[in-house]
Amino acid sequence: MEDDKLIIRGIEFKSRLWVGTGKYKDFEETARAVEASGSDVVTVAVRRVNITDRKSPNLLDYLDPKRYKILPNTAGCYTVEDALRYARLAREAGVSDMIKLEVIGDEKTLFPDNIGLLKATEILAKEGFIVFPYTNDDPVIAKKLEDAGAAAVMPLGAPIGSGLGIRNPYNIRIILEAAKVPIIVDAGVGTASDATVAMELGCDAVLINTAIAGAKDPISMAEAMKYAVIAGRLAYKAGRIPKKLYATASSPLEGMLV
Amino acid sequence: MTMKIKLNGQDYNTEKETLLELLSELGIMPERVAVELNLCVIRRADLAKQKIQDGDVVEIINFVGGGI
Repeated sequence: MEDDKLIIRGIEFKSRLWVGTGKYKDFEETARAVEASGSDVVTVAVRRVNITDRKSPNLLDYLDPKRYKILPNTAGCYTVEDALRYARLAREAGVSDMIKLEVIGDEKTLFPDNIGLLKATEILAKEGFIVFPYTNDDPVIAKKLEDAGAAAVMPLGAPIGSGLGIRNPYNIRIILEAAKVPIIVDAGVGTASDATVAMELGCDAVLINTAIAGAKDPISMAEAMKYAVIAGRLAYKAGRIPKKLYATASSPLEGMLV
Repeated sequence: MTMKIKLNGQDYNTEKETLLELLSELGIMPERVAVELNLCVIRRADLAKQKIQDGDVVEIINFVGGGI
């Protein structure tokens, strides 16, 4: 696996598992889960500094930006203008041009507004951002995002936080077939096998938050996800056997006592 | 002279002249945040020379736990 590194726009990623930092009990638990996941990429959200309680701890005190690639998101943005505003602030607050771009279109499903997403991708790519747009599992929009300058495309496996797994593996396969940029499944993973499925399909990486943070034991689940992603990647590279309806004996018939 | 500004959505009075001084008054390290003045992102290097005026709208953001 050493020579199987994911490289996007010249940035080398050691891990094909990317993890979110939301929903943990505290920063201590966040740091332990990230460590157990073996990931070197963490997503973060952009929010107002708490000016009334200035002593409150900072996430980056627990996740050293020298050790982890900090990938800010535009979560919570429902318009192109808001997403651009958050992205530009994130770039100034952070250390890189990477942005996980979200333009949400619906509160209940948190499905993306793909029209807004496409516009924002185009604008931010022109401004020199390394854009990772979160989108549906739609091959047409995935291609359009790539053409608009996305550095990688991040289709959902299922709604954010739903844990429903990869709902449409066939669409993911079609997206993968056409893509010239990396495809990273973003959202929907519920347990380790879901992450493996995504990787077995040929996805370049998987981003997971709720499935780890919401597990009864987040640290163990983080470790499970680490192995699940490695297993899926190895299986994909190894090339699975075709599915068949009937049995094929794996022991020889020759030499039987007949 | 005391200036009335809007800071992260709240009314705030300050006598500080620049954004960098304001951050220092708030006990915030500039390396960990980004500052927006009247909807424009201010580069970290410019915080020391960016003057605050009465009625300014200032937003100071940082990174918090978040996923997707």
